[in-house]
Amino acid sequence: MLVLALDTATPAVTAGVVRLTPEGPPTALGTRVVHDARKHGELLMPGVLAACAEAGVTLRDLEAVVVGAGPGPFTGLRVGMVTAAALGDALGIPVHGVCSLDAIAAEVVVEARLDGNLLVTTDARRREVYWAAYEAEGRRLTGPTVERPEALAERVPGLGLVAAAGALVEQFGLPVRGPEAPTPRGLVAVAADLLLAGKEPGLLEPLYLRRPDAVPPGERKRVST
Amino acid sequence: MNGAGIVLGIETSCDETGVGIVRISSGGIPELLANEIASSVEEHARFGGVVPEVASRAHLQAMVPAVHRALATAGLTGRDIDAVAVTAGPGLAGALLVGVAAAKAYAAAWDVPLYGVNHLAAHVAVDTVQHGPLPPALALLVSGGHSSLLAVPDLAGPVTPLGATIDDAAGEAFDKIARLLGLPFPGGPHVDRAAREGNPAAVRFPRGLTGPRDAPFDFSFSGLKTAVARHVEALAREGTPVPVADVAASFQEAVVDVLTAKTVRAAREFGMDTVLLGGGVAANSRLRALAQERCDAAGLTLRVPRPVLCTDNGAMVAALGAHLLRADATPSALDLPADSSLPVTEVLV
Ligand SMILES: [Zn+2]
Repeated sequence: MLVLALDTATPAVTAGVVRLTPEGPPTALGTRVVHDARKHGELLMPGVLAACAEAGVTLRDLEAVVVGAGPGPFTGLRVGMVTAAALGDALGIPVHGVCSLDAIAAEVVVEARLDGNLLVTTDARRREVYWAAYEAEGRRLTGPTVERPEALAERVPGLGLVAAAGALVEQFGLPVRGPEAPTPRGLVAVAADLLLAGKEPGLLEPLYLRRPDAVPPGERKRVST
Repeated sequence: MNGAGIVLGIETSCDETGVGIVRISSGGIPELLANEIASSVEEHARFGGVVPEVASRAHLQAMVPAVHRALATAGLTGRDIDAVAVTAGPGLAGALLVGVAAAKAYAAAWDVPLYGVNHLAAHVAVDTVQHGPLPPALALLVSGGHSSLLAVPDLAGPVTPLGATIDDAAGEAFDKIARLLGLPFPGGPHVDRAAREGNPAAVRFPRGLTGPRDAPFDFSFSGLKTAVARHVEALAREGTPVPVADVAASFQEAVVDVLTAKTVRAAREFGMDTVLLGGGVAANSRLRALAQERCDAAGLTLRVPRPVLCTDNGAMVAALGAHLLRADATPSALDLPADSSLPVTEVLV
């Protein structure tokens, strides 16, 4: 089946058309990745059409959408989420949301099996990272979490890690094995079982991991002295 | 394209997720088919103002369901839509982005043109779904986000800004005074209701920017807000209970006096026979009444859309999109940015 994969949870604005069959790993037929953390909204839809053109298909040929649901900086993340939701609605095809960190892990294990656990991190800004840890086959062990790198560094020795992938991950002293951002193939791999079984997608909800910054107002300041 | 068609409009510039559908005939007569609104206003109430991140999260959840409801209300499917219009700005950056991204996806999937339009021009255009084609008009747009006087010679053409607030928006002033008087957010309807029981002449609050050397068509509400706060604090110091209805009525009178006086003066000066009110504050009963009185006295025709069309909504975006479609305007590109400070001179991006 033909699946459109989108992710805007990192500075990479990613769109790809992927062929998924029961026989082997998913294969990317057309991919557009542009790096610009402030232009997700401008770059994504042209990227989708370019990926379709490269794959030699139109939007109407697509049979499902897989979108990275984060965690990621909110404004960019929502571009991918709402684009996926609207495309799925307009085309009448299912939309599956997957954890963006899972997609990075899936890309690593599609390439080569590991002999231990994998750490995936991405940039959460405000001097924090989003992270999750995975078993050798790609199953998530813990996370996703948002935390300061120093706090994560203290956990690293207890996680049985042999490799790392994602962004800002060099600081943890592990061999870096994978992409900085989710790939179309990785995104589709995470949802592959559900897609092939024709299962209904779950609720499409972003993984924000943080509450909005807002506090109810306190006492009003007097204007007269 | 013979100029006729059905346009779906998406509005997410503040806290309302609006989806409207407007059909326009080849004769240029627009017809409202749907106007679905999901508001996150209750989620903002405890913060005393709109929280951008809360609004953006709500837009994401509400977007696709609102499109569904609008199509169902109109008895249409996506295949019937001839163009998609969306507010490209001005507004809250993160909130705008959700609507713009959704509009691009719908336009691309349905293979129809996309129009990224100006929110203020859309406030003007919506009047045509209620009152028919609009002659050249002087528009006063007042809400929690804007206070603008615009000359609008033609809906599909450029708009000339004549004046705007130099500090708070009119609706913002209502919110702040409501809080001062212990009335709930959003303040506009509550101040309006309280003022009906009060004496508008009880306190003579200052009229901002009405001196002979002040900018004739700009507004300022910050001094008025401070004057009301001083008045209330002085009463509190004396231990006198605040006459909420009188203060609300006197404050409201000061706002609408300036708004209507400047509007009528601008209409005369720029030779416009029609005056149009729009934005959430245009739902204020005293503003409507005084505008009517002063327009009648000046021989001007006043047009005010019904309240649900004055507050932010998708029908206004669909209406402007419909006029652009009929005028055969060049559609927006799919790399259209959301522009939080889009100037009103740019009707179509
Ligand atoms: Zn507005």
